[in-house]
Amino acid sequence: MATQHPMNPVTVPVLEARGIAKAFGPVEVLTDISLTIMPGEVHAIIGENGAGKSTLMKLLSGHLKPTRGTVAIDNEPVSFAGPVDAEHRGLVLVHQEILLAPDLTVAQNIFMGRELKRGLMVNDREMNRQSAEAVRSLGADIDPTTPISRLSIARRQLVQIARALQVPHRVVIFDEPTASLTPIETDALLKVIRDLRDKGVAILYISHRLPEVAAIADRITVLRDGKLIATRNASELYPVDMARLMVGRDMSKLYPEREDTAAHQTVLDVRNFDVPGFASDASFTLRKGEILGFAGLIGAGRTELLEGIVGLRHGSGTIELNGKPVKFHTVRDSMAAGIVYLSEDRKGKGLLLAQDLRTNLTLATLDKFTKGPLIERKREDQSLDKAITDFDIRARRRDLLAGQLSGGNQQKLLLAKMMLLEPSIVIIDEPTRGIDIGTKEQIYKFIADLAKAGKSVIVISSEMQELIGICHRILVMRSSRIVGEVTGDAMTEEEIVVHATGVKINEAELYSAGNA
Amino acid sequence: MSDTSTNTDTRGAFRKLADLDKTAVAPFLALAALFVLGALINPNFLSIDNLLNVLTRSSFIAIIAVGATFVISAGGLDLSVGSMAALVAGVMLLFLNSAAIDGDMAMLCVGVLVAIGVGALAGLLNGAVITIGKIEPFIVTLGTMAIFRSVTVWLADGGSIAMKSTSMRALFRPVYTGTFIGLPIPVWIIAIVGILAAFILYKTSFGRHVIAVGSNEDVAKYSGIHVNRVRAMTYVLQGICVAIAVVVYIPRLGAATTTTGMLWELQAITAVVIGGTALRGGVGRIWGTICGAFMLEIVGNIMVLSNIVSEYLIGAVQGTIIIIAMLVQRTLQRKK
Repeated sequence: MATQHPMNPVTVPVLEARGIAKAFGPVEVLTDISLTIMPGEVHAIIGENGAGKSTLMKLLSGHLKPTRGTVAIDNEPVSFAGPVDAEHRGLVLVHQEILLAPDLTVAQNIFMGRELKRGLMVNDREMNRQSAEAVRSLGADIDPTTPISRLSIARRQLVQIARALQVPHRVVIFDEPTASLTPIETDALLKVIRDLRDKGVAILYISHRLPEVAAIADRITVLRDGKLIATRNASELYPVDMARLMVGRDMSKLYPEREDTAAHQTVLDVRNFDVPGFASDASFTLRKGEILGFAGLIGAGRTELLEGIVGLRHGSGTIELNGKPVKFHTVRDSMAAGIVYLSEDRKGKGLLLAQDLRTNLTLATLDKFTKGPLIERKREDQSLDKAITDFDIRARRRDLLAGQLSGGNQQKLLLAKMMLLEPSIVIIDEPTRGIDIGTKEQIYKFIADLAKAGKSVIVISSEMQELIGICHRILVMRSSRIVGEVTGDAMTEEEIVVHATGVKINEAELYSAGNA
Repeated sequence: MSDTSTNTDTRGAFRKLADLDKTAVAPFLALAALFVLGALINPNFLSIDNLLNVLTRSSFIAIIAVGATFVISAGGLDLSVGSMAALVAGVMLLFLNSAAIDGDMAMLCVGVLVAIGVGALAGLLNGAVITIGKIEPFIVTLGTMAIFRSVTVWLADGGSIAMKSTSMRALFRPVYTGTFIGLPIPVWIIAIVGILAAFILYKTSFGRHVIAVGSNEDVAKYSGIHVNRVRAMTYVLQGICVAIAVVVYIPRLGAATTTTGMLWELQAITAVVIGGTALRGGVGRIWGTICGAFMLEIVGNIMVLSNIVSEYLIGAVQGTIIIIAMLVQRTLQRKK
């Protein structure tokens, strides 16, 4: 895409926010946002997690009502009765999560709730035909009779987009559409978006992936802490400036210092490890005091490999811990050996959301808090006090439920819980997913401190910047295998992407496409 | 970043916190309402004698429902308790009739142990098939419900198994009819079972693990809890509770018939649910459950005393109660 779209000065904005604000209870999460979306433009909204992007989208698509200000369509103030009402007015939101019925076919999903009928019966043939066409117009070729469960995440996403575009649309809102896509799939999606734009559709594009925003956007709005920081033409804004505006501080201080561990002894030696269906022939070592990163695309098998190693899944291979061969049949065995694993799925596998902080904190170490058969609640409470201080867990009240904490505080609670096991090796899967920048910094520091204290840390992350920022060494997985190791000056996003995808993509080209 | 700045989470959860207390208090409020209703219908209702009588009659269901509280808190379900009660009663009576040991007292004591053993084994069977076989508890216990019932009918040769020895009967009867310090013995047994169960569920790590497994099995697994062992153990506890209930039940009738324990699973599950335990697991309320069993019996008692609704409709009324209780729970709890 090399052409900049000349904006017609007399065109009225198809969608406009006029000083809208949203408060939940006493807390205002979005303050006085004004922006316009013109037909035939891609307007990107960028910002850190928690900046208010999703709330803004929900306000603009009728999922939420603003507490102040108005939304206007074609210069006419409107008040949406709900998302369906917004859809009737041509506003379509493509959700970040895949909301499809896995057992139904592509066509059945695309037409769900608005099935084509012939008399009393559904007209499968016509729906299949139209679905195939809709998917093809997005540049993919998927048999419309395939059940969704047999499609890759990327293809499911395309089906979801096809479904959204079935209704007449003037504005399409994409909420982090590339979160689970490979670079090639991302390119294909960006092309679809450009085609839509060229047809005069207005696009609102939310992402925190800056190169991709630079490649697709005509205008960019930056949000931070619920406020609009700037709206600029994309041609005037380079990714570096975007990052600075998003974060509002110097990025270089985000990551703590690293100590040199090259000479330290090996504590964990994994050889030829297989986790059926997910990882094969994985070998790596971990040194004392080292922070080792695992990079790779979603589905590359990183989580499963490490779950296999700690005994959460079936796996086979050789594991040596401090030079002695070990075998972990269950996760209790690895815990006893001093290895803990913090799941990426904090809410699903890490914490009991409906239970209080104390119950969560001591769950993995209850034996340490019992006297005879009795749990000593007093000692549990003391332990919670200590955890709240040590990990800076911010809870209004002690009797909150884990589910009432913010993502960052949940992660700190999970860390506190697992650190009660006094591990020597800590494996953290996606340590900062869904966490604001301030807490991220705390967690990076915590990881660095662990390493300085002589513990070893394995970090699995999809945020390449984060791995580069905190790790001594990064292993890259692709399709169930460890395919590369980057270290020192070679730790760049480009280098990791080459290993992770097996394809040399030219980032410079990607950048220039949006700015030429 | 602090929880005050997150939006929907905090709000929804706030509501939930307020509601959690409501579900704990609701059964006792309902009990109070029933007392008022009973007193209005018949002044004799509130007499100590009548209430103790009702409490005594609620004892089987109360004790079984205490076991069901463990199973349900851990996210399971046991439909086989009624049939299991019949089986345990049958085996215990056959043993008592066998006169294997000299002396009625010794015979009875060993008989109680036999009952508890059979109950525990039957529970273990449920638990083992559910956890090792990875089959829905609903299906497994539906199957064992039929198996236990059928084996009982076979043991009884299609009829009933009665206690032969009249002297042993006389010795055993006070377990149901007798009193101790002014309270009927079954009431004492409810109290002891309740206290033990509350201790296990609220004060021990096993109890904590039960709640954790029922709350979220994955979190429990990732925290190093033996999920299968905990789940299986809840069924064993359920079996032991059924056996204790049988020990209280046999002296009342002195026989096991093909219909012994019919629909007890409905009443036990109803008592647990009205008591405020969440059917999806993660919340267990022992005293709520006992309160629930008491309420079921009171409803029956009021029906007998009032003549407004035929007592033949008692099953219909109890069935209605469990549905209403679910509706109330659903409204009180945060919508998922």
